[in-house]
Amino acid sequence: MQNEWLYIGIFLVIGIIVPIVPLVFSRLVAPRKPNPIKQSTYECGIETVGDSWVQFKAQYYIFALVFLVFDVETVFLFPWALSLKQLPLFVVLEGVLFIGILVAGLVYAWRKGMLEWA
Amino acid sequence: MMFLNDPINFIAGWMRDLLTGWGLSNGLTTVIIYFIGITVLIVFAMVLDILLVWVERKVVARFQDRIGPNRIGPFGLIQPFADIIKLIIKEDITPAGADKLLFNLGPVLAIASVIILWAILPLSSKIFGVDLNVAVLYLVAAGALGTLSIIVGGWASNNKYALLGAFRMVANMISYEIPMVVVLLIPTILADSMSVQKITQAQSGIWFAILSPLALIIFLISAIAELGRSPFDLNEAESEIVAGFHIEYSGMKFGLFYAGELLHAFTFGGFMAVLFFGGYGGFFGLEKIGFFSWLNNPFVQAVVFLAKAMFGYWVIMWIKYSMPRIRIDHMLAFNWKFLTPLALVVLVNTAVLSKVLAGLPNWGYVLGMFFSNIVIGFITVEILRAYGRKQRKAEAKLSPQSAQNQEQAA
Repeated sequence: MQNEWLYIGIFLVIGIIVPIVPLVFSRLVAPRKPNPIKQSTYECGIETVGDSWVQFKAQYYIFALVFLVFDVETVFLFPWALSLKQLPLFVVLEGVLFIGILVAGLVYAWRKGMLEWA
Repeated sequence: MMFLNDPINFIAGWMRDLLTGWGLSNGLTTVIIYFIGITVLIVFAMVLDILLVWVERKVVARFQDRIGPNRIGPFGLIQPFADIIKLIIKEDITPAGADKLLFNLGPVLAIASVIILWAILPLSSKIFGVDLNVAVLYLVAAGALGTLSIIVGGWASNNKYALLGAFRMVANMISYEIPMVVVLLIPTILADSMSVQKITQAQSGIWFAILSPLALIIFLISAIAELGRSPFDLNEAESEIVAGFHIEYSGMKFGLFYAGELLHAFTFGGFMAVLFFGGYGGFFGLEKIGFFSWLNNPFVQAVVFLAKAMFGYWVIMWIKYSMPRIRIDHMLAFNWKFLTPLALVVLVNTAVLSKVLAGLPNWGYVLGMFFSNIVIGFITVEILRAYGRKQRKAEAKLSPQSAQNQEQAA
């Protein structure tokens, strides 16, 4: 069990090193002649006005809230799904009820018009 | 003979004897063997990735009635290697306003997030990285990392188009992760385990694609959305935001994004094979007959697995090159009003039926599962048709012009 996670740990380290190798190699052999025009931000030939890191309206904000609810739900559903074979039918139906409550939330958001692009 | 039946353990055992013979401690030996094994696996994945560039270019050429690369090497096979040399010796431009650290982290994460998936990919019953008991959750976590690479790269470029691409990727991720995770519960229920090896073995009799065809379709759609490939490639929509998140990337950094996307698509084809098409096995019990016992050889299994993964990759490419891009509000509506409710219905159906039908003989279980899916699919299509009819009527009421046209046509 511990060995499995040791394996994943080594895998992560090598997995990050592998893509760095071509980048380092590229830095060694590629030409480097930067100038202000070359380094300017691309915007279809127009000169850039202002910074890009501005506050921007995320129109899918409500979707993100609904996502959060469902993402937490699925975390609870995994243990339920894993032990389904040992559980009696009654407990399985309780899990279905749990899904039903969340679907009611989705239906509520839908009826309120929260799932429209505004 | 020992090597042919269990290559990894054979080599690992030999190396363990060699290294402990040199006087190294047991723990250090384990780390060294893991290190070598992982390096071999990753190098295999990267070479496969280079060949995928060739496959992708050849297939897209055929879809567009062209021949594709055919000059360098036989059938143009050396072309991707030439591409890599070109990308490496190109000048790498970093925009002046960019966040340097995150700008470099983006492409590195793009490759790393795919490579770590290969740790759990079961190439055959004996050739695999590690058999985690939470492999399905690991798949979800690593998939989210891939999305993160796009968000990081798009934000760090300090470019408005790139920022819009990253924004859209967030919308993509917060939507399609839900049906993806819900559908991943279905193989978990059917196999009673989250380990990919056990899921594969549970399908030696019958594929989960037959037990739950709707789950397969939902998984395919949400996998394409998570990959950010067409028709869900809003994050790099070239007709509106030029190249989206990788607009400021050049040289090898762009190459890493490109290679990462291709390997990601192939890896998801592999997971589709594992979760729904029986992975390296799934010959419907054929391998138990004496004459076909060679199907149990790990090398044969690896070839079967790669062929199935390539099939999944080809389906993803097929969809990519024949579908137009969809609008972002349609994308969100499609997920929340159609895919998520459908995925939950399929999940409830699978959970209840697997309990109710457990007492039945095997054929009853399979038929019950299959036909319940067909019925759900039929009802879904009927609801969609009724909805479409209602909308067309409402439109006809709004514009008398079109109603007149319809009358004339009638």
